[in-house]
Amino acid sequence: MDNLPLIIIAVIVVLLVVAAIGIYNGLVQRRLRIDEAFAQIEVQLKRRHDLIPNLVNAVKGYMGFEQKVLTDVTNARAAAVAAGAQGPAQQAAAENALTSTLRSLFAVVENYPELKANQNVLELQEQLTTTENQISFSRQHYNATVLDYNTAIQVFPNVLLAGPLGFTRREFFDAEPEAANVPTVDLSIS
Amino acid sequence: MAATTFFAQASANRRNSFLLAAFVVAVLCLLGFFVGYAIAGDPAGGVAATGAALLLGSVIAVGTYFQGDKLVLAASGARPVDAQAAPQLMNVVQEMAIAANVPMPAVYVIDDSAPNAFATGRDPKHASVAITTGLLEKLDREELQGVIGHELSHVRNFDIRFALIVGVMVGAIAILADFFLRFTFWGGGRRGRDRDGGGGAQLIIFFIAIALAILAPIIARFIQLAVSRQREYLADASAVELTRNPYGLERALAKISADTEVLEVANRGTQHMYFTNPIKKFEERSSNLFSTHPAIVDRINRLRELTGEAPLSAPEAATLAGLE
Repeated sequence: MDNLPLIIIAVIVVLLVVAAIGIYNGLVQRRLRIDEAFAQIEVQLKRRHDLIPNLVNAVKGYMGFEQKVLTDVTNARAAAVAAGAQGPAQQAAAENALTSTLRSLFAVVENYPELKANQNVLELQEQLTTTENQISFSRQHYNATVLDYNTAIQVFPNVLLAGPLGFTRREFFDAEPEAANVPTVDLSIS
Repeated sequence: MAATTFFAQASANRRNSFLLAAFVVAVLCLLGFFVGYAIAGDPAGGVAATGAALLLGSVIAVGTYFQGDKLVLAASGARPVDAQAAPQLMNVVQEMAIAANVPMPAVYVIDDSAPNAFATGRDPKHASVAITTGLLEKLDREELQGVIGHELSHVRNFDIRFALIVGVMVGAIAILADFFLRFTFWGGGRRGRDRDGGGGAQLIIFFIAIALAILAPIIARFIQLAVSRQREYLADASAVELTRNPYGLERALAKISADTEVLEVANRGTQHMYFTNPIKKFEERSSNLFSTHPAIVDRINRLRELTGEAPLSAPEAATLAGLE
């Protein structure tokens, strides 16, 4: 009977250790999900970066095509590639800038009937549209996993372990401030 | 959180599917028992027939679970496509698969000028989406995205599994009921009455069996239809959540509704799977207890609620419904 307090303490310690292991594993799993989601975005960003030079080459030969628009796109692409190493928030900002220069490029293409009929340009336009859409849908998924993780490391009792074990907050891959919710306007007559 | 509500929706759907499937199985057992009892004249016959009905039902259900999607695709004349043949379609499916967080499904095309689409399979890992060539020709990118979003919502919500399994169960009940009614007609009833000692109780069992044989297929079909209609609304709403663009789906519904082509490969066995009801009579398209789909006008109005627009006016609605 002398051992009873000792046994109780031992049981409590074991329970605490088991709980801590459970919390730790849960946090690791959530962090892995973020990395997985981000890898998906990166694949698509890479694809977009690869497609852009083809598009620039396809349109630059056309007489009188606005050279400034092309330079903007090329510069924005270079900035986006460079931002790849600077974390999700920086990268998102650079990619958003690239998206808007691409939009002006496609707006200019609309003024050139021979470009609009060019099969190669049409294909590139479709590829870039789908890549942009895939980036935005992957971003949604990525941000959801980040929110889930950031919440998990801040709630009690996880917060007691998260700091000492090196679980730090992750950055969101931010959507464009206002463009994300603006419905696209269809001016074509159907 | 969007992801959590989607997840909750899918799991609620799986639970409901299970309950409904269980209910349909119960109806099948009940029918089997009374049919067996009435034919054999004692409860042991009822138990035997229940066992036989269950066995038959499970064999068909298991077969359908693993092979039903191939059967449906083959029956609809669907052929697989790849990124070479239909780049935009494959891109849009890929986008929606990412948005719905499901694996890329197999994509098929049906050579038919009527614009329509369906999804089938047993779970998101084994899913197929089929689109008619008419749909590809007549819809623009945004509209196509709305339709594919709708179909992939069915995939993510496990509606495809429900459609496969319950469709088969309803069929099995109909076959069993039909068999019994024919059997009675060809003289099974006379034998039951000739027997001594059965008396009133025997007769009552017999009448219960006949009543069940008539009612069970109708009840089972009602359940299937009610759930089917509800899920069309749910899939429309989920499609908007995925695409974040209600206008594409709304325009697609309006275009398809205004289209007068009839989908030749659809029949009563597969009509509940399609994007819009492929059998085009006004009665079939209006929302009532017997339709697989809600009226397109109702679906459009629910989408307009999401965007805060006024519902379609009566003349607009009448034009869409094909009444002029």
